[in-house]
Amino acid sequence: MAALLELEQVSARYGPIRALHDVSFSLEEGSTLALLGANGAGKTTTLRAISNLVRKTGEITFAGNRISHRPAEGIARLGVAHVPQGRGILGELTVEENLRLGAYTRRERSLVSDLEGVYAHFPRLEERLGQPAGTLSGGEQQMLALGRALLQRPRLLMLDEPSLGLAPLVVREIFGVLGRLNREEGLAVLVVEQDATVALRTCAYACVLEVGRVVVSGPSDELREDESVRRAYLGY
Amino acid sequence: MVLLAASWSDVAQQVVSGLATGSIYASLALGIVIIYRSTGVINFAQGEMATFSTFIAWWLIEDPNGPEWPFWGAFVVTLVVSFAGGVLVERVLIRPVEGAPVLTIVMITLGLAIALNGLVSWIWGAETRSFPGAFSTRPVHVVSVTFSIQDAGFVAILLAAVACLYVFFRYTKTGLGLRAAAAGREASRLLGVRVGWMLALGWGIAAMLGALSGIMTAPTAFLDPNMMQGVLLYAFAAAVLGGLDSPIGAVVGGLVLGVLLNLLGTYVPHWFGGQMRLVGGLLVIFTVLLVRPQGLFGRVAVRRV
Repeated sequence: MAALLELEQVSARYGPIRALHDVSFSLEEGSTLALLGANGAGKTTTLRAISNLVRKTGEITFAGNRISHRPAEGIARLGVAHVPQGRGILGELTVEENLRLGAYTRRERSLVSDLEGVYAHFPRLEERLGQPAGTLSGGEQQMLALGRALLQRPRLLMLDEPSLGLAPLVVREIFGVLGRLNREEGLAVLVVEQDATVALRTCAYACVLEVGRVVVSGPSDELREDESVRRAYLGY
Repeated sequence: MVLLAASWSDVAQQVVSGLATGSIYASLALGIVIIYRSTGVINFAQGEMATFSTFIAWWLIEDPNGPEWPFWGAFVVTLVVSFAGGVLVERVLIRPVEGAPVLTIVMITLGLAIALNGLVSWIWGAETRSFPGAFSTRPVHVVSVTFSIQDAGFVAILLAAVACLYVFFRYTKTGLGLRAAAAGREASRLLGVRVGWMLALGWGIAAMLGALSGIMTAPTAFLDPNMMQGVLLYAFAAAVLGGLDSPIGAVVGGLVLGVLLNLLGTYVPHWFGGQMRLVGGLLVIFTVLLVRPQGLFGRVAVRRV
């Protein structure tokens, strides 16, 4: 099967500091990949490079399109839903308006049934439709961000540290939904995580970044057995 | 106390004509607020853009070398041209400095103001002209208050503009996109919102609102290249009073300011009458910034951490 997303020797820098160093990996259609690594390893920058939010060199292809030079909104329109770090919730808009923005690039017709699908995953959102999204709790905001991303009907869902600052129970709920979406709807997922345990359990593949380079990659099962990965990221 | 000596009908009279002047301030202030919300920049060219639009209207209606159209036809065309002009300004002047420090962009709007002022004089000459009013200045008596049809017309124009904007921002997809772009640029882009065009659209709308206020100003004063400079100051005062990031605030601020300055000018003429009216406007800006910097309706961030 052809790769849905492919990065070839992607490098990026912030001023004199090199954030990514020839990063290459690919993600198959319907597969799941976790990007692991410590703070500052370049995980977030990798996602931002894919969405063309940072200056970079190298080649990125998505679903057969070269997207290295497309604007972020064009990449979103191709079917990449990117939930950024901090979730990208528009706090002064209502929950409902945030959700409607998920379907912004689509025709309205199918919105109602899609919304019901989102409420099925996250019933709590339906209770808070008219509320400013900024007043939601952290977990609810993450659910809103995820629900909104699903309304984009993406082919690839990219999540940047969905577990950050959330209670373990909420994290489990969110990863549960991710796993279900992948199994039932074949949604490809690329997730950046610091919590390697939960990420390796959900994703079929993983890629470990260290100071801007890919140091290990492969199926999650193998990485879990890998001595260095275990010691550095799993803590046992 | 002077105020006590005034009859109620006198006061009501001043309030009504204050609302009419306030409508002029409000529409210009609304333009300022729309640009401020989406770009975080105060557009100092807002007044001169409005003057330019008003001259276009004058050319379409009055200029013997122009097409001499009827007022309302020219009105609509002026709005359309102003919208296009606003979009063009954003694309050509503001877009290239996207991401530059706020001061850079402010300087560009100041330069634009000076350039447009010169351009108006260059194209149409600097002399003062009379501008036709859309509404008759015939007085109407309602109960004990007398006002002109023009006064009522101005308030009606403002309310119509506000209603259109409300429907646009609240109930259309593009309106939602515009609000999203103002609320969070990057997050909106990741949702597929073409943020660059949304900003241009905001400039277009602001230019249209400026045209409205210019077309309302010209018949009450005279049309000349510096016509909107005073009005711009009142519009700033109105926007600051309402809270710079609140559209409702701009409208309420404009109306309140119009009424306030009218009352002050009438009952405390020594301090605020005639030319001293501008001082009242500056005083409002100063007081609001000192006492309540977020204005009447300004945002106090709603956030739960």
